Amino acid sequence: MSQDRSKSVAFVRRDMIEAAAPPLGQTGALKWARENLFSGWFNTILTLLSLYVIWYVLSGVLPWTLGGIWDAGSLGECREIRDARGLETAACWAVINERWLQILFGFYPTDDVLLATLFHGDALAAAGGADQVFGGGMNATQRIEFVSAMKNELSNGLIFIFGYWRPLVALLLLVVAVAPILYSSLPRSLLVFSLAYPFVAFFLLWGGSVWLPVLVALGLLATILIGRAVGARFGMLGGSLAGILAFLMIFMNPLSFIGAAGLFPLLPHVMGALDGIMPWGLTAVSSDQFGGFMLAIIIGTSGIVLSLPLGIMLALGRQSSMPLIKWVCVSFIEVIRGVPLIVWLFTASLLLNYFLPPGTTFDLLLRVIIMVTLFASAYLAEVVRGGLAALPSGQYEAADSLGLDYWKSMRLIVLPQALKISIPGIVNTFIGLFKDTTLVVFIGLRDPLGLTNAIRATAEWNGIYWELYVFVGLLFFVFCFFMSRYSMYLEQRLRTDHR
Amino acid sequence: MAEATDPPRETFRLSQLLYDARYRSMTIQVVAAILIMLLLVELVDNTVTNLAALGKDIRFGFLWSTAGYDINQQLIPFSSQDTHARAAVVGILNTLLVAFLGCILATVIGVLAGVLRLSKNWIVARIMTFYVEAMRNTPLLIWILIVFAVMTEATPQPREFREGGGASMILWDSVAISNRGVYIPRPIWESGSGIVVAVFVLSIIGIFVLRSIARKRQQATGQQLPVLRLSLLIFFVPTLLAYFVMGRPVTLELPELGGFNFSGGLQIRNSFIALWLALSLYTSAFIAEIVRSGILAISKGQTEAAFALGIQPNRTMQLIILPQALRVIIPPLISQYLNLTKNSSLAIAVGYMDVRSTLGGITINQTGRELEGMLLLGIFYLITSLIISALMNLYNSSVKLKER
Repeated sequence: MSQDRSKSVAFVRRDMIEAAAPPLGQTGALKWARENLFSGWFNTILTLLSLYVIWYVLSGVLPWTLGGIWDAGSLGECREIRDARGLETAACWAVINERWLQILFGFYPTDDVLLATLFHGDALAAAGGADQVFGGGMNATQRIEFVSAMKNELSNGLIFIFGYWRPLVALLLLVVAVAPILYSSLPRSLLVFSLAYPFVAFFLLWGGSVWLPVLVALGLLATILIGRAVGARFGMLGGSLAGILAFLMIFMNPLSFIGAAGLFPLLPHVMGALDGIMPWGLTAVSSDQFGGFMLAIIIGTSGIVLSLPLGIMLALGRQSSMPLIKWVCVSFIEVIRGVPLIVWLFTASLLLNYFLPPGTTFDLLLRVIIMVTLFASAYLAEVVRGGLAALPSGQYEAADSLGLDYWKSMRLIVLPQALKISIPGIVNTFIGLFKDTTLVVFIGLRDPLGLTNAIRATAEWNGIYWELYVFVGLLFFVFCFFMSRYSMYLEQRLRTDHR
Repeated sequence: MAEATDPPRETFRLSQLLYDARYRSMTIQVVAAILIMLLLVELVDNTVTNLAALGKDIRFGFLWSTAGYDINQQLIPFSSQDTHARAAVVGILNTLLVAFLGCILATVIGVLAGVLRLSKNWIVARIMTFYVEAMRNTPLLIWILIVFAVMTEATPQPREFREGGGASMILWDSVAISNRGVYIPRPIWESGSGIVVAVFVLSIIGIFVLRSIARKRQQATGQQLPVLRLSLLIFFVPTLLAYFVMGRPVTLELPELGGFNFSGGLQIRNSFIALWLALSLYTSAFIAEIVRSGILAISKGQTEAAFALGIQPNRTMQLIILPQALRVIIPPLISQYLNLTKNSSLAIAVGYMDVRSTLGGITINQTGRELEGMLLLGIFYLITSLIISALMNLYNSSVKLKER
C-alpha cells in the first residue's frame, strides 16, 4: 500500500517549512509606531500635534542654544557678534562664561596666596614674596590691584580648582560622606567619616582655628562616653544626668546663676592652650561672604540632615498617647505648616532677636538653617505620620508582645517599615526644601537667583535673562532629579514583599 | 492547710515615677510641661525686655492710622489716605484673587497633563513626562522670574502698537499684550444688567437641579436624561434671551492706544500675570502627578467588572473609575491648593501687592511694628490653611469607605 502511495504521489514534504518572517507592518519600528503613535484617528492627530509642538520648540531653542556666543564682554558685544554672523537669534552664553564662578560661589574669597604661589610666581617674587604681598607689606589697595591683575591672567577653570579648593574639597568629601548612607553595598566603616564630616566641612568652609571643630567633636564624644559609662553603673537616669552635666561643663557654664565664669566652660580654655602651642588653621571666612549655589547646597544639606530626625520625633510625638506631648507636637506642626516659608524667613531675620536674650547676636545663615530645618521637619512629620498610620496595628501589638520597650519597638519594628512606606514623600520634602533655599534671597543672602539679579543689574549684562535662568535652573534640576531618581531606586531595593 | 493572706500592700516608692509604666507618662508630661513653661516664660521675658530696651510696646493701634502709600492693584477702592487695616484687606483680597485663579488654571492644566501622561501615545506621554519633571525639579522662584522677565522684556512697548509699529493686538483688536501689562476689554454694566446676571446665576442653579433630578430618575427608573445637552441649553439660552430682551445692557470697553499708553479696557499687570502663570504651571505639575497616581490606583479589575456588567466605556469612567479615583485624588489636591496659596507670598519677587507686601511689607516698614505685623500676617495664613484643611477633612469623612 505504502509502496503504491509513495509512487503515486510526486512529492512528499519530509520537514516543516521554516516559519516565514512576519509581514513588515507587524514587526519592529513599524509595528511599534502603529501601536503607539497611529493606533486611531485621535491618536494620529495627537501624534502630529506633538510632533509640530516639538518641531516648533526645537526650531526656536536649538539655533539659539547651539549658535550661542561664548566670547563677549557685554550683551551689546554679543548682539554685534550675532549680527556680524548673520544669526537671527543666539544665546549670549558669554555671561555664563564670565560669571559662572560668581553664580557658584557668590563672594566667597579665593585662596589668593595659593593662586599667586602656583601661577603668578614671577610677579609674586618681583613684588617681594607672599609674605610681603599678603602679610602686610602692601596696603589694601595695592593688594587688591595685585590680585585682580593676577586673576585677569588666569582662566576661570584654574581659579575654580585652586582658588576655591576649600568649598570644592568640602563638596567632594560630602559625596564621600553621603555615599555609604545612600548605598548599603559600601563598607560600613565609612560611616565613621560620615559622622565626622560636619566638623570637617565646618573647618573647610568657615576656616579659623582647626581646634574649634576638633574640640567640639571631642567634647560631644566625651559627653556620650561619660553618659554611657555612668549609665552602665547607675542606670539610665544617672547616665543621662551625667551626660547633661558633662555637656554643660564642656560647652556652657553650669554655674551661670552664681556668675562664676572662671573655669567653665572648659572648651575655650583647652582651645586657647592648643592654639598657643599649635596655631593651625585656615583663613577665617564669615557667613556673610557665603553665596551662590554653594549656599543652596549648604542650607539644603544641613536642613535635610537636621530635619529628618526632628521630623521623625515630631511624628512619633503626634502619635503619642500622652496628651500634652501630642498637643504640643500637633500645634507646632500645624502652625509651621500653615504659614509660608517666606514669612518664617522674615521672622528669622526681623524678629528672632526679640526672642533671644538681650545682646545675643546670631549668624543670619545659622538662623536661616534653623528656620528651614523647622519648616521641613513639620512637613516631614506629616509624611512620616502617614507611614506610621499605614502600618497595620498588628505590628505595634507584635512588638509589644515581644516585650520590647517603646524606643526599641519603634527602632526595630515600626520605624523601618513606616519609613520605607514614606520614602517618596520624604524625598519630595527634601526636594522641596532644596528648591526653597532660593527664598533666602529675600532676606539678603546671596543665593544664585540673587546673584543673577545682581548680574542683570550691571551695565554690561542689563537685559539678559534666559541664559542666567537656564543655567541656574539646570543646576537645581540636576540635584533634584538625582534625588527623585534615588528615591525610586531605594523604593525598588527596599521592596521586600512578594508581588 | 492554706491560710488566706492579704495581697501585698501597694506601697508607693519614688522610683515608680520612673520605672512604673503607670506613672512614667505622668512624670514625662510634668517634666515636659515645666520645660515648655520655662521656655515660654523665657521667650516672653526676652521679648518684653528687648522691646522695652527699644522703647516699643505691643499695640495694634497702628492699623487705624493713615497708610500713606498706594497699592497698584485694588479690588476694593483704596487711596493713600485710607488706613493700614484697609491696606491689609486690599492685600488679602489680592492674595486670594491670585490663589483662586491659580487653583483653577493649575487644576485645568494639571488634569490635562496627568491624563495625557497616561496616554497610550508614546510621544504625548514623553512630552508630558518632560513637562512634569522640568517643573517639579526647578524652584518656583525661577519660573516666576522667567515669566516676569518674558512679560516685561520680550513684549512690545505700547508705542509699538501704533501704525507701522510692528506690534498688533490679538483677538480682533481686543487684547493688547505690552510690556506694561495685558490690556483686555472691560465690561460696562448698564441699568438692567443686574437682571441678566440674576438669570445667569439662576440657570447655573438650574443645571445643578437638573443633575440631581436626572440622578434620582436614573436610580428610580433606570432611564437616563441627556444631561450634557440639557445643561448646555440651560447655560446659554436663558442668559442670551435676557441679554437681548433687556436691550444689551452689558457692553465691552475696548483698550485703545492714546498717547504713550493704552486707555480704557482693563489693565492686568505683568506682576499679576507672572505670578499667576508661574504658580499655575508649577502647581499643575504636582497636580498632574496626583491625577496620574489617582487613576493608576484604581485596579484594572474595576474597569473589567464594569464592562462585564455591560456598562458603556464613558459611563464606566463616570460611575466606576472617577468616584473611586477622586477619593485618592482630592486630599493631596487640596493640599496642593494650600501650597499654591502659601506660595503666592512669592509675589515679593515681582512686586505684586499681596498681603505680605502690604501688611507684612510696607506697613511694617512705615510703622516699625514688625512684631505685630508679622503676627497678623501669620494668623491670616494660618486661618486660611486651617479653614481649607477643615474643609478637606469634612470631604474626606464624607467619601471615606464605610467599613463595618
